[in-house]
Amino acid sequence: MSEMMTGAEMVVRALQDQGVEHLFGYPGGAVLPIYDAIFQQDKVKHVLVRHEQGAVHAAEGYARSGPGKVGCVLVTSGPGATNAVTGLTDALLDSIPLVVITGQVPTHLIGSDAFQECDTVGITRSCTKHNYLVKSIHDLPRVLHEAFYVAANGRPGPVVIDIPKDIQFATGAYSRPRDNQHKTYRPVVKGDIGKIKAAVDLIAGAKKPVFYTGGGVINAGPHAAALLRELARLTGYPVTSTLMGLGAFPADDKQWLGMLGMHGTYEANLAMHDCDVMVAIGARFDDRITGRIDAFSPRSKKIHIDIDPSSINKNVKVDIGIVGDCAHVLEDMVRLWRETGAQVDKTALATWWTQIEGWRGRKSLAYKRSDTVIKPQYAVERLYQLTKDRDPFITTEVGQHQMWAAQHFHFQEPNRWMTSGGLGTMGYGLPAAIGVQMKHPKSLVIDIAGEASILMNMQEMSTAVQYRLPVKIFILNNEYMGMVRQWQELLHGGRYSESYSQSLPDFVKLAEAYGGHGIRCEDPAKLDDAIMEMIDTPKPVIFDCIVAKEENCFPMIPSGKAHNEMILPDFEGDTGQIIDAKGKQLV
Amino acid sequence: MSQPATHYPKAPKSQPSARHTLAVIVDNEPGVLARIAGLFSGRGYNIESLTVSETEHEKHLSRITVVTSGTASVIDQIKAHLDRLVPVHRVVDLTEQGEALERELALVKVVGKGEYRVEAMRLASAFGARTLDASLTSFVFELTGSTEEIERFIKLMTAVGLTEVSRTGIAAMSRGPEAM
Repeated sequence: MSEMMTGAEMVVRALQDQGVEHLFGYPGGAVLPIYDAIFQQDKVKHVLVRHEQGAVHAAEGYARSGPGKVGCVLVTSGPGATNAVTGLTDALLDSIPLVVITGQVPTHLIGSDAFQECDTVGITRSCTKHNYLVKSIHDLPRVLHEAFYVAANGRPGPVVIDIPKDIQFATGAYSRPRDNQHKTYRPVVKGDIGKIKAAVDLIAGAKKPVFYTGGGVINAGPHAAALLRELARLTGYPVTSTLMGLGAFPADDKQWLGMLGMHGTYEANLAMHDCDVMVAIGARFDDRITGRIDAFSPRSKKIHIDIDPSSINKNVKVDIGIVGDCAHVLEDMVRLWRETGAQVDKTALATWWTQIEGWRGRKSLAYKRSDTVIKPQYAVERLYQLTKDRDPFITTEVGQHQMWAAQHFHFQEPNRWMTSGGLGTMGYGLPAAIGVQMKHPKSLVIDIAGEASILMNMQEMSTAVQYRLPVKIFILNNEYMGMVRQWQELLHGGRYSESYSQSLPDFVKLAEAYGGHGIRCEDPAKLDDAIMEMIDTPKPVIFDCIVAKEENCFPMIPSGKAHNEMILPDFEGDTGQIIDAKGKQLV
Repeated sequence: MSQPATHYPKAPKSQPSARHTLAVIVDNEPGVLARIAGLFSGRGYNIESLTVSETEHEKHLSRITVVTSGTASVIDQIKAHLDRLVPVHRVVDLTEQGEALERELALVKVVGKGEYRVEAMRLASAFGARTLDASLTSFVFELTGSTEEIERFIKLMTAVGLTEVSRTGIAAMSRGPEAM
């Protein structure tokens, strides 16, 4: 017997039935009935953000910091929906499961340019995995449950449900999740066993192998990370990861090469360049990874495991493409490896490791130390050393600080690292940290930030204070949009057009104005104490860490170059001459 | 339940709705079709049939024939919105100009044996359909006609083993000497 209720009540009931505990949102005219339904229950807790972009990033952080949960957002029509667009695009590029509910003007007014009307499904079509405009109350329960299924299954992504206000008021019959199976969408999760077998043979026969893993391993859940570790242990092969995949493989393991790509380590990039068998697991050959595509790993056989068939052979042709969920495919691989009693070529592997150790010896993450100014790398290093025993969760904004965090903060477990990889959204870190802290109220959550990025969603400090979320904002303040400045140094003759952060606020006073705690530190000798003070303060903290102003983020693969043409930190010369005219055209 | 509080105006009383065929001349450039489809979906209008092809190659012009239905004021809005799109050259409401010629083409696959096969053949020739492909157990017929004729043909073929239908949608033109 199905229950009769209003559309607004259906929304809240569906969230409850889907196990949603927290909903990030901002009210407005076109969602008032849903807010009224939220008011009359206490199972789903609403978190009021200060800007809809913040709501979406918070939901992303929430979804990423633990497996198996879809992040949920509720915003109003028009500006509520358009403000959510950046977050939706971010979630699409980083494959984060979200359900975003937007209010819409009543159905009879759609298309009339009504107050706070916009074509939400039109605007969000290209920045969502799927979207719905619900025009009948009879469709609403099905659409609500389908949205959760679509968001979480296959390659995860954001789903928008646009609900006109008259549908929220209308009465209809509610149906539960299990009565609402999607008609057609059934992503393949089990890989083709013949191809997996061929892959195992290729892996076993490798002389210079490398595992190149990505965000897909994180998305496939902790089980996938465990299987990756098992496969790495069975083979003894080196492992590198993209920015998105950090934590899937422990950074303190001796098989770990560090991150690869534009700001990856020398050993990771050269191993990719020189390998004979590359095993890409849940990684998508992004341009930040491949560098110059025609010079990318020229002599290797490539195996690619991905849940998204369109990712395979998209940027790089591969020899064996396996469509499936990383966890399922890795499980089959490990099983086949054991069953067939596969053996690696130990002599070749030893030679390969010697070569890798040689590259490692170049110490590509080294930097010149200083007693007078805090080097940004040093700040991240100290932050890592002083917090690593507390199993911290790290979010970032976008820019140099993000890369230094990826290089110098080390992750042992998945779901501890939340950063905007694909879209590169400045302003991501603070709201994401709020989402993470909401899910893990007792944990240490740190947003490693830049002074420019943090100002993009600074208003969310107010959210953190309201909900007593003790997030720590660790600003590497170099008074520049550092990555923009670095590129201007490399590409535009050091003409720092508009990249200087002028008229910065006093971050300590700003923290206090919001009701948080502010700390400033510019002396390397006092840094440890200041970090400890931050950790021990049981409320939101803004830490203004004044760092060296014109430090470059190295190592770096310059635009238009290959993996074996990296700029290393000990580069002495004119940085303006490294990139040629053709490279300057690229981003 | 009492009428819920809302700051939006009430829905107007429903008015009679009619089917219109519009001919739209557009620049054949990437994204034109998406703009037109987006206009319809974004404003909640229906597309019943849509046909697109380049008609003047040198000028890179395409003709889009779109069949839609709505109240008189909705049809006016649709035409106004179409006309406002930058790559759209002209919009003509063929239905308003009088009885337009409307034709579509359908490919129909029928699978069957014995009596069914004979009957399928007979019906096809009664409708003037061409036989494009035949095997011992199947036919593919081609039929050109008005939407109603094609509907009738498909309905009859269903009884004698129809397995697949492909339709082009409507191509339309006004009668008489006037060109658009």
